[in-house]
Parts: sequence; C-alpha cells; structure tokens
Amino acid sequence: MIKTEDKIFKNLYNQYGWDIESSLKREDWKDTKVIISKGREWIINEVKKSELRGRGGAGFPTGLKWSFAPKEVGSRPHYLVINADESEPGTCKDRDILRFEPQKLIEGCLISGYAVNAHVCYIYIRGEYFNEGKRLQEAINQAYEKKFLGKNAYGTGWDFDIYIHYGAGAYICGEETALLESLEGNKGQPRLKPPFPALVGLYGCPTIVNNVETIAVIPTLLRRGSKWFSSLGKPKNTGTKIFCISGNVNSPCNVEEEMGIPLKDLIEKYAGGVIGGWDNLQAVIPGGSSMPLLPKKICDTITMDFDSLTKVKSGLGTAGIVVINKDQDIIKCMARIAKFYKHESCGQCTPCREGSGWMWRILERTARGDSTFSDIDLLSDVTKQIEGHTICAFGEGSAWPVQGLLRHFRKEIEKRCSGTPIVKKKRNVPYLIDQHLLEKDNA
Amino acid sequence: MTLKTIYEKQPEVFKFSDKNLKIAEDILKKYPQDRKKSAVMPLLYLAQKQNENWIPLSAMKYIAKYLSIPYIKVYEVATFYSMYNLSPVGKYLVQVCTTSPCLIRGADKLLKVCKEKISTNEKELSENKKCSWMEVECLGACVNAPMIQVNEDYYEDLDEKNTREIIESLLKDKPLKPGSYRGRKNTSPENIQNFNGKINYDQNRR
Repeated sequence: MIKTEDKIFKNLYNQYGWDIESSLKREDWKDTKVIISKGREWIINEVKKSELRGRGGAGFPTGLKWSFAPKEVGSRPHYLVINADESEPGTCKDRDILRFEPQKLIEGCLISGYAVNAHVCYIYIRGEYFNEGKRLQEAINQAYEKKFLGKNAYGTGWDFDIYIHYGAGAYICGEETALLESLEGNKGQPRLKPPFPALVGLYGCPTIVNNVETIAVIPTLLRRGSKWFSSLGKPKNTGTKIFCISGNVNSPCNVEEEMGIPLKDLIEKYAGGVIGGWDNLQAVIPGGSSMPLLPKKICDTITMDFDSLTKVKSGLGTAGIVVINKDQDIIKCMARIAKFYKHESCGQCTPCREGSGWMWRILERTARGDSTFSDIDLLSDVTKQIEGHTICAFGEGSAWPVQGLLRHFRKEIEKRCSGTPIVKKKRNVPYLIDQHLLEKDNA
Repeated sequence: MTLKTIYEKQPEVFKFSDKNLKIAEDILKKYPQDRKKSAVMPLLYLAQKQNENWIPLSAMKYIAKYLSIPYIKVYEVATFYSMYNLSPVGKYLVQVCTTSPCLIRGADKLLKVCKEKISTNEKELSENKKCSWMEVECLGACVNAPMIQVNEDYYEDLDEKNTREIIESLLKDKPLKPGSYRGRKNTSPENIQNFNGKINYDQNRR
C-alpha cells in the first residue's frame, strides 16, 4: 500500500488546482536547474538505476531507450515525441495527467529533452481529447510566461520548445512509428523496424518516443532519487503506477498505487468491490483490451506488475483494469473487443486486416449460438496466423484477447456451439461470400 | 477501417477565411520549414471547423495547393482518420462510445435513446437538422462509463434518463453542461459507504 507522501500525482482528481501557481506549491519545477546541471550521463544513469519501465504498454526500460539515441548531435537534429494518443479500451490515465498535472509533463519534457539532446518536443494528443489539449496548451503558455520554456529554458542554457499535434481518431497512431508517420502528415501506418526511431525517427532524425506517464514521473524520480523510486514496488517492476479500474465495480476510479499491488486489493479497497460481490466476478482484463483476460481463480492471488502478469500469459499493458462480472456475456464482450480491432486495423498487413474481421465474425456468431465446434479450432488457428505475422504489435494486440478467451473460457464457447456446420443450413449468412455457390442454380 | 462516404453535393470552391489564414500560418510555424506536409492534419481540422463540421473535396484540393503537396496525399489522410467528417453532420454531433468497458455498463441503452430521439440510423440528421449521432470506439474515459461526446465535450457517468435529457436539450439548441452526471469529482472513487454490506472505503485515502 502506498503512503500519501510517496504519491507522484497528488492532483489526480484536481483537488488542488491544475494551474502553474498551484503546481509550484506541489513542488513542480523545484531544483530543475540543479538536476539539469548534473548532466546527461547522470540523468540517464539515474533513470536506468531506478529501473523505470515505460508506462505505455510494452514496459521497455526507459533509461535504456534514452541511451540508444546518439550521444552527439550530428547533421540531423534530435526530437522528443510524447505519446498522448491514449486509446486503449479501459485506459484513461493520461487524460488525467494532461488535465490536472500538466506541469509535471512539461517539466519532464524539458529534462528528458535535455537528456536526449532534443530542442523540440511534439506532444501527440488524440483528437478526441480536444479539451485536454486546450488545457495543456494553457499550461504550456503559462510555462513560457515564467520562462520555464523557450530560449534558455529555466536558465539552464538549453533552448526548448513544445508543440501540440492532434491526432484524428486512429487507435493505431498509439504505435510509435505510426505516430511518427501521422506527425509527418501521412496515414498512420506503422513502419518496419529496425531502424528504430531512436536512430531514424521523425523526419528521418533520431527520435525518442515516450508515454505521457513515463515522462511525467521523471522530475519526481530525479528529485527524490532512483533509490526512493526503486524502493517502491518490486525489483524490475519499480515505482508507482496509475491504475484505471472500470467495468462492473461499484465505484470505478483512477488510482495511483505501487506496482505489484494485489489485484483483489485494488478492486476491493479503491473501486468498492465487484458488483454482486467478489464471488460474482467472472473475469478481469488486467491491462487494457490488448491483454488476455484472467479468470477469477487467477484474480484471487495475482499481483499487478509486468513480470507476474507475464507469468500467467497476460500482461500489465497500460494497467487499464476492466472487471467483468457474471451478469455479463463474456463472449459478447470479447466479440465487441474483436470488433474494435477490426475497426482500428490500419489495413497495411493482410493477416491483421483480414484476420481481425474473421475473429469478429466468428465470435459474433458464437455469441448468437450459430457456430459449430470446428469454429473453435478455426478461431484459434486465425489468432495464430495473425500473431507474429504483422509489422507492428497490433496483430498481437488483437489476437491475444481472443487467445485468452479460448484458454480460459473454452467450455463456455463449446456450450454455445451446435454440431451442424453452418454451410449445410440454407440460411442467408452474408459473410459467407461464396454462399451463392451452394445454391443449386449457381453450382 | 471505417467506411467513409463522400457527400454527393459538393461545394464548388473553398477558401480559408482571413482569420483562419492567420491561424494556418501559425500552425505552419510549428513544423520545420521544409516539412510543411506535417500541417495537413491541423489544416483539415481548420477546414472542418470553417465548413460546419465537415470537409468538402474542394477544401482538400485547397489544402493540397496551400501546402504544395499532391491532392491524393490530403485525400488519403482525410479518408484514413475517423474524425474527419466527409459528409454533413448535425450542429451537435453525438458520439456514443460502445467499446466493451462502456458496453458492460450499459452503453446500449444510450444507443437506444439516440435511435429514438435523433434518428433511427446513425450518421443521419435529426428532423430539425440540429443533431446527428454515431457509434464510436473507445473515447478514453472508461472510468466514467458509459459516456457520450458531443462535439468536443464529454458527458460522463450517464444512464438512460439523463441521456434523454441531454439529447432533448441538444435538440432544443440549449445544451446542458458537460461533465459527470453522478456528481463526482473527475475520476475519483465515489464515497459510497456501504458496498456489498461492508464498509471498505477509507475517507483518508482520497
């Protein structure tokens, strides 16, 4: 359980005001100059020592990522890009940071911009967060007025500018290379990696892309030291994390807690418990819709950190916890998630573009009770064909939740299946394109 | 991917107003001088705002000329992203989030209200041409589910009754205030003392 003084985002619900004066009282922008004067090496080493892992979903060590950027600036300028394209179903943590703790993000941008030799930072906000972006722009303007940004930012001798760029409703732009494409004014379709953005990124220049939460914890981390940060949570899974608890709980909420807190504690202590009691729990999606769901048996004991969740073949992802109780139809629920992925696939790789539609249609007819037993294997086969065969991780993101469903709720699916293959029935099923061939006249 | 339909009746010409031309110049300053193409997304937004919330083809051609890039490059961006409307929408565009976290908290009821009050099919104008609605994917306010977005504002923690009130207010052109409709502060836990028969919420933890 986290102590109040260890919380990084003290204004998560806007109890104290978001403007620069109130955030200065909360010790934002304190000793920023001292931190920067210690130099790049020190900053990157502190972040490495703290074992901070990216908060955007993949959990890549932040310090390591920063050290991939070239040490010296060559002919091409360096860029820092902040990923605020938060669209993972179940996740709404970045929104609160943008609205209520913008100075933490701005200060983090300056420090990390300095650490990776970048003079320009772009913050890519999803288009739906128009009001949040407006708020952030106000906060940026306030920082400019105080001379915390711009030429010779905060008197550190480092010139630093922050610009906001709005997305326009494409989930895929949360993938870092798709985000860069979008920022360059193209369709948001991911690039092949390598080369990684740290070497060839925005406009072909070295670029570091980080999540909002990752950057927003940096100032506090450096002020209080890597030792303090790594004392929270578990080894290799350090620090605090904002958990978003949504779905069938009595009081859905965002809450900052230590990494490695038991899932049951989070749900019972903060979110007021599952509707209908803990025994009414059916499944939990632990880290945004891309992560496989967990049945109640695992939820009883699981702790919320990257490594424990990987062990049960799921993942922490963005820590967007979606609680599903027994009143819900789990298959319908996953069919809706499959529809989300079908809708959001960028269309670049065939397995993902076609496969996501297949998964949706199979799940949809299973939910209706129209599928056959062979459909289960077909579904499992489709997920395997998508996973690992796409340019970006979207393929995995769409296949894993379905695999999770098959792993833990296979019996549930089998109950809905009937023995007769769908093609033998004379029924108008529009997604069977070749159905007209079954008609005698056309055969 | 979303299916996008280009509106049949296209206006012949489109030009940025003088005010928007100035804004466009400011937008261009954000990006390096030789990377004007980056401005295509913000400029499309600007055109959409100027033209009653939808983008005609002439605006795409205009932006292409303005940035000296091929027309197809603007067209592909405008058709790729779901927030660019290529056909007219109502003055109040109601977007109902129906992705799983909202769905399991009753987003289908909100859909029912929209169908009843605005139009039977999505992306159609209401009778008085003030409103239109559409189903969208996750809007990133899952903790406040179910929710709708009206133009830029989020209406959160809804149920069937207050959705009906909100939509009626939109149809009358007097929109109600956005925000949480259960009276809670943003995304904080609600102070309910008695969950499932036992007290497990500590006031001091807030």
